[in-house]
Amino acid sequence: MNINTTKVISLLFFIFSAFYLYTAYQIQVFAFDENAPFNARTFPIYLGYAGLFFSGLKLILPDPNTIKVQHKTLEYKKTLILIIIAIIYGATILKVGYFLTTSLFLFSSYFFLGERRWVLMFLLSFPFVAAFMYLLHGVLDIYLRDPFLQSIGVMG
Amino acid sequence: MIEGILIGLTTALTLQNILMVMLGCFFGTIIGMLPGLGPMTAIALMIPITYGFDPATGLILMAGVYYGAVFGGSTSSILLNAPGVPGTVATSFDGYPMAQQGKAGKALAIAAWSSFAGGTLSAIYLLFMAPSLSKVSLSFRSPDYFALMILGLTAIAAFSSKGQFLKAMMMVVLGLMLASVGQDSLSDITRFTFNNMNLTDGISFVLVVMATFAMSEALTIILKRNDPASAAKQVSLTELGSIKINKEERTKMYKTIPRSSVIGFLIGVLPGAGATIASFLAYGMERNIVNDEEKEKFGKGSVNGLSAPETANNAACSGSFVPMLTLGIPGSGTTAVMLGALLGFGVQPGPRLYMTNPEIFWSIIMSMYIGMVILLILNLPLIPYIARILAVPKNYLIPLILFFSITGIYVMSFNNFDIYLMIGIAVVATFMRLYDFPMPPLILAFVLGGLMEENLRRSLLLSNGSWEFLWDRTLTACILLTTILIVVWHIYKTMFKKTKG
Repeated sequence: MNINTTKVISLLFFIFSAFYLYTAYQIQVFAFDENAPFNARTFPIYLGYAGLFFSGLKLILPDPNTIKVQHKTLEYKKTLILIIIAIIYGATILKVGYFLTTSLFLFSSYFFLGERRWVLMFLLSFPFVAAFMYLLHGVLDIYLRDPFLQSIGVMG
Repeated sequence: MIEGILIGLTTALTLQNILMVMLGCFFGTIIGMLPGLGPMTAIALMIPITYGFDPATGLILMAGVYYGAVFGGSTSSILLNAPGVPGTVATSFDGYPMAQQGKAGKALAIAAWSSFAGGTLSAIYLLFMAPSLSKVSLSFRSPDYFALMILGLTAIAAFSSKGQFLKAMMMVVLGLMLASVGQDSLSDITRFTFNNMNLTDGISFVLVVMATFAMSEALTIILKRNDPASAAKQVSLTELGSIKINKEERTKMYKTIPRSSVIGFLIGVLPGAGATIASFLAYGMERNIVNDEEKEKFGKGSVNGLSAPETANNAACSGSFVPMLTLGIPGSGTTAVMLGALLGFGVQPGPRLYMTNPEIFWSIIMSMYIGMVILLILNLPLIPYIARILAVPKNYLIPLILFFSITGIYVMSFNNFDIYLMIGIAVVATFMRLYDFPMPPLILAFVLGGLMEENLRRSLLLSNGSWEFLWDRTLTACILLTTILIVVWHIYKTMFKKTKG
């Protein structure tokens, strides 16, 4: 069976709008505001209905411009690896510090994208991040917490 | 006005600001040249840097990046047939065939001169139009603003993606929904935070822009790197040929540039229309105006065919500043990003901007002239060198874009929740892009969400909850009628368009 993915996305958006609308009705407003012409839940409620309306229309109307994506040519594996690396980067940046995590993030991203010129990879990760960090921390005075550099005594 | 021009010149001509325009034009050209990365990405990447400057300097930098990125997009259109931005697609129709004939240098020079002339002429139109429109818009009230925002959002949805109106409207609603997260501006009641403290202040504008543009574009490039349709057909990037334009070619450009700049500027002023439609319209108009002999050359390397869209897309860039500066309502996705940045600076664009912050208002207009001159001086001699940037391997480019995006967010909040949120939004945006869900409507809606709710609140409270405010004033009614016509026309087109086969 051929499933039109655009319709599936529209259906997901329809469900999301329904959930949004339900949550909008749950917003707690002050008692004196309950029957006011406009309170904190008014606008979100309209948005919820608008979401249901447009996604509903997309679901029921014909789709003359169906988008056909050639999944076989798409690089899902490398994209997924890159996303995972970014998540790991996010998870470690506060504990390990900016310098080491960012350098490793860049180095591993080059590697997983198929790069093997080690010297260039190194130059565009560790020294590059060090220079960038100096620009942020030293020149623009933006404080960057870095437990790793503090532990080896590079940063105060 | 003379006083304003002098204020603008005094601000724009400081050493720091001239340096910012130069840097902006240079980096904008480089980023805009890379296929897939457009002005919005370029500006988004610059936002965290601009917060270190005063508003006028920050905006001057962003305006420079904007023009540079539009010009950079033309370079990749001409040399690779891979437009960096939709606004330069029409440039590739005649620019790429010219490059294939060994006249890449000439094509780039024609594009540079046309961009310069288009941008400069439209900055003159802007100079006269913006203050008068500001005076008119002082009479606008909350219902008019609310109606105008609805019109702006509908128009950008209508024009942003051909035949995808409903998808674009869904993105508009999604943008407004994202904007509604966090504390309500009046009552401070939290909405859609699910007891997560990180969401109390709402979702950062920079985060949404970085996720939906910079990061999702980087992911899309990786995802589609094996797509045969996106594989570039190479023109030699080292031997571009002469950049001299002969007398006959100049004569053709003299006729094309004024008319294309007018059409580009007017289209740019319309909410939602922007550089893409302007360039296509100018190309089509030029093709209808020229004689039969010249018409035959269109699509095969015509000077008129290259000059017209290039003039128009730059003129449209200046035009799109008109609604942003005078009404506080951006005319395009890119100016929406700039509006967001302005709000971040604590500056409220709108009809009073040129009275409350004349140095910002006028210095932006003045920096457009300076930007155009710098762009020309910078790009003409550097074309052969800049073109080599197109050869930067994606294996390095993509991680660096991700690095700048994540760092941009991290230095603003020092919080890894924002990094996760950005990755999540970027993944969803990448998936939606695959199925042609346009992102500019989402950004415009996200920026306008708060203002729209505020104006609706004021209108409803003043009319005691009655919706009569929508047709009480002729102006409001006319704006809404236009919106309804756009919606009905697009839904009608979707319903009755015959499917092929």
